[in-house]
Amino acid sequence: MSTVFIALQTNEETRPVIEAIVQDNPDAVVNEQPAMVKIDAQDRLVIRRETIEELIGRPFDLQELQINLITMTGNLDQTDDEMVLYWRA
Amino acid sequence: MDMQAAKKKLGLKERYAVMTRGLDWTPSYQKMEDIYPYIAYEGIKIHDWDKWEDPFRLTMDAYWKYQAEKERKLYAIIDAFNQNNGHLNVTDARYINTVKLFVSGISPLEYVAHRGFAHAGRAFPGPGPRVACLMQSLDEIRHAQTQVHAISNYNKYYNGMHDFHHAHDRVWFLSVPKSFFDDAITAGPFEFMVAIGFSFEYVLTNLLFVPFVSGAAYNGDMGTMTFGFSAQSDEARHMTLGLEVIKFILEQDPANVPIVQRWIDKWTWRGYRVLTLVAMMMDYMLPKRTMSWKEAWEVYFEENGGALFKDLARYGITMPKCAEQIALEKDHLSHQAWSTFYNYAMAANFHTWMPDEDEMAWLAGKYPDSFDKHYRPRYAYWREQAAKGNRFYNKTLPMLCQTCQIPMIFTEPGDPTKICYREADYKGDKYHFCSDHCKKIFEDEPEKYVQAWLPVHQIYQGNCFPEGTDPSVEGFDPLAAVLRYYKLEHGRDNMDFDASEDKRNFAEWRGQATRNI
Repeated sequence: MSTVFIALQTNEETRPVIEAIVQDNPDAVVNEQPAMVKIDAQDRLVIRRETIEELIGRPFDLQELQINLITMTGNLDQTDDEMVLYWRA
Repeated sequence: MDMQAAKKKLGLKERYAVMTRGLDWTPSYQKMEDIYPYIAYEGIKIHDWDKWEDPFRLTMDAYWKYQAEKERKLYAIIDAFNQNNGHLNVTDARYINTVKLFVSGISPLEYVAHRGFAHAGRAFPGPGPRVACLMQSLDEIRHAQTQVHAISNYNKYYNGMHDFHHAHDRVWFLSVPKSFFDDAITAGPFEFMVAIGFSFEYVLTNLLFVPFVSGAAYNGDMGTMTFGFSAQSDEARHMTLGLEVIKFILEQDPANVPIVQRWIDKWTWRGYRVLTLVAMMMDYMLPKRTMSWKEAWEVYFEENGGALFKDLARYGITMPKCAEQIALEKDHLSHQAWSTFYNYAMAANFHTWMPDEDEMAWLAGKYPDSFDKHYRPRYAYWREQAAKGNRFYNKTLPMLCQTCQIPMIFTEPGDPTKICYREADYKGDKYHFCSDHCKKIFEDEPEKYVQAWLPVHQIYQGNCFPEGTDPSVEGFDPLAAVLRYYKLEHGRDNMDFDASEDKRNFAEWRGQATRNI
């Protein structure tokens, strides 16, 4: 098992994103640090557009995440519907 | 009324294909090898450039949109910070020395990275990496510009930053970061991508930006925090590019594996040596510490890098061997570096100081196996000497490592009481190294590294005095002449923080900001 993580700026735009990540990744651990939130998961972490849209009540383009990203690790695969970070065992 | 059906937009994957590969064409009247002359000589074999795909699938139109938004946010905050005299809200004025280190040591590298990615992008026949390199090249010049803009506000009030680029090209210790990047941009395009895209951005960048940015956040520097985060949002993309580069090259041909492994070994070590400055900043220069260098190394390299190299093992890539030595050095690196700057503070563009009792306790807690035994006694002695009026500034120039250009300050792996010296002979000359790794890098490419511009050698050769200086006159003071060449003002830009104009001004201005006088 290896840890993948993503870190986002702490602000109103990322709050629902983090909530969505927690919903979709039950094993994810949220670390709140000054001005940033780092989310760790084992081997795989998924960010789903639909979950975010349900929370914010408007269409959301996953590329909007570009603005508030700080760092991440793992292999990435992004489509219109989800952004996946993963390590290959 | 008719409902207007929304026009179906292309999906992300199709849009990416159209906006990258779809814009490429095959030349008909020029030969490929004439258009892309640098692509073969490094020995890397690429069979299908179309296998390259940016996992973010970012296209130029989306790039401009999001970058513009980042800029708008950033400049609004910088204005607010400056209008509110934000510089007076930092923890204490010692903090500002980290900003001096950043603008003279790091920001000029952003500019060189801009040139490097423009050059690498131009060299690749594949449209995927070309577009990704174009974006990164634009990011890097944005970083240089926003950092200079954000830090220029500090330059209005504090010393040592007035001509950072002039300093970057001349001041002795700044040749360490400068020569690192010069080394990278003078390599071939594939090596540059492995050096900067992978080894620096993917493996090491968290150790540079996260400590600086969270250091700024902890120390009340909203301006630096904001440009840091703004730059870091691009870094996430750079890291992804770096990992993609490696996977792409390795998947193209098994013959690429040993070449790439040698580059990873070389550039992890080269990058780590540059991070010596960051280690020292984290453990000594931030009045309010975030985490120790050792902790940062453990989280961002040992843990995260461990996962990465496990993932790359499928290609036959292994963890660089230097990781073993780095693990041995992590208890000593920052202390040995800060001791060196304390010694040579007369020739630096920032101020130094000895840690106070609280800070010594913090260091002892973070470094239980090394601090009290090896470094506290040294500091206690220096502090005592300074109190007696015997503050010693070293004016003898140190021997430098031919590869990393750091003075020979590091100790033998496993023996912190003995300085590590290595040497090699090449064409009748002797060359010196701080470590086995720097020696090996030299021996792999001696023709490159014999050309190194070593500040100490250059001073001794008389190349670092202002024009018209006559070193043969009675009473010639070489250090004074070198400082004039650096454009640093003796007694103002250098030496101890305690006696500095920065300290006096900060106290006075903060007083004015909080009292009715």
